[in-house]
Amino acid sequence: MSRVRVLVGTRKGAFILTADGKRENWSVDGPFFGGWQFYHLKGSPADPNRIYASQSNDWFGQTMQRSSDGGTTWETIGNKFTYDGVPGTHQWYDGTPHPWEFKRVWHLEPSLTDPDTVYAGIEDAAIFKSIDGGQNWTELSALRTHSTGSKWTPGAGGMCLHTILIDPKNHQRMFVAISAAGAFRTDDGGSTWKTITKGLYSKYMPNPTAEVGHCVHRIAFHPSKPDTLFMQKHWDVMRSDNAGDLWTKVSGNLPTDFGFVIDVHAHEPETVFIVPIKSDAEHYPLDGRLQVFRSRTGGNEWEPLTKGLPQKDCYVNVLREAMDVDSLDQCGVYFGTTGGQVYVSADAGDSWTAIVHDLPPVVSVEVQTL
Amino acid sequence: MIRVELPFHLRKLANVDQEVTVDVAGVVTQRAIIDAIEARYPMLRGTIRDYATDRRKPFLRFFACEEDLSFEQPDSPVPAPVAAGAEPFMIVGALSGG
Repeated sequence: MSRVRVLVGTRKGAFILTADGKRENWSVDGPFFGGWQFYHLKGSPADPNRIYASQSNDWFGQTMQRSSDGGTTWETIGNKFTYDGVPGTHQWYDGTPHPWEFKRVWHLEPSLTDPDTVYAGIEDAAIFKSIDGGQNWTELSALRTHSTGSKWTPGAGGMCLHTILIDPKNHQRMFVAISAAGAFRTDDGGSTWKTITKGLYSKYMPNPTAEVGHCVHRIAFHPSKPDTLFMQKHWDVMRSDNAGDLWTKVSGNLPTDFGFVIDVHAHEPETVFIVPIKSDAEHYPLDGRLQVFRSRTGGNEWEPLTKGLPQKDCYVNVLREAMDVDSLDQCGVYFGTTGGQVYVSADAGDSWTAIVHDLPPVVSVEVQTL
Repeated sequence: MIRVELPFHLRKLANVDQEVTVDVAGVVTQRAIIDAIEARYPMLRGTIRDYATDRRKPFLRFFACEEDLSFEQPDSPVPAPVAAGAEPFMIVGALSGG
């Protein structure tokens, strides 16, 4: 029987949750590197025992970890992220130019085919690549030096590159998202990038349809349909059917379309999951009820999923990296909260149980189907 | 032989217990001590001083002989008892965070 391994990054260490295919009885290992923040952990699709992790704290900055045995043991890998050339400036909160400065790694995206190749999305926004298992990192600087780069501004959480998607049908094509610059696509492995923000409307911007400035929170796709993208923007759930060339709003009947996470069912490319949050001013569920919303129609028509989730006095948040799905026959869905719960649904969202209740605030959740 | 006290998280990262020792040739300075620490414990590179600026991380301090050496020049000699191995060079994390 297949197994699942859930990699959980928290504010105070990393945890690994494992279960068999029933997803009922769980083992909890950790904390690994207790006291350190883990913004993201992700396993290599080419070698699931190869796991990369972004470890940081305010005192000692960024360090990086790698496991080659599924998370049992770890080794420190390269943490030198040096921008290519003179990095120049981007726009600060007050509109003034501000030097590009490395702060931390938000996202790790291992290659689909080579365990030693991995991409890193960092703050201040840039994408780096390693081809030696994370020992050395080289910036794909064409993104940061994009003609719009000097206009990029940080969101409240910093100017982070938090989403990297590799097209499984064409590895030269990748999508990235940056708060609060927007979304970009490369079709040549990172040598050139184009904005993919047409159709986005952000009412808090002086020009709501500007090329950059949109606070994209997350983008997801189904591997079999990589041209169909789903986006949770600051406000608005969006969809594109042409690899981001044009977006349309699919918030439909959602009670609020602010949120952070979005993900796609492992076997149904038109089934999408989100966790709506009340507003950008109140980062908790509407009415104190934790609800996942599912659309089986690729957006617009959404149904609340509440069975097993707290339906009163719940004021947690679900951060952008904290939802994933497994690829078992009956697709499992997982998400973690800032209250330290990690929930699993073994029936594609119909019902939920908490694997753990009391971890530190959960930052990221990644699932490996083994 | 120079004695160095690392803060908890760096000891864990370097997989050491309490005090560590490093050898420094020539004049013993802050820079020379940290160079030696990073050479012996490469997993600590980038955690004590910034790669880009070579400056001490802002939430760390360097203490020795009941003095705060944090604002001494990196190439200034450390106090003689540290250079002689009689007193430790202490890398201390700020007590911040509440």
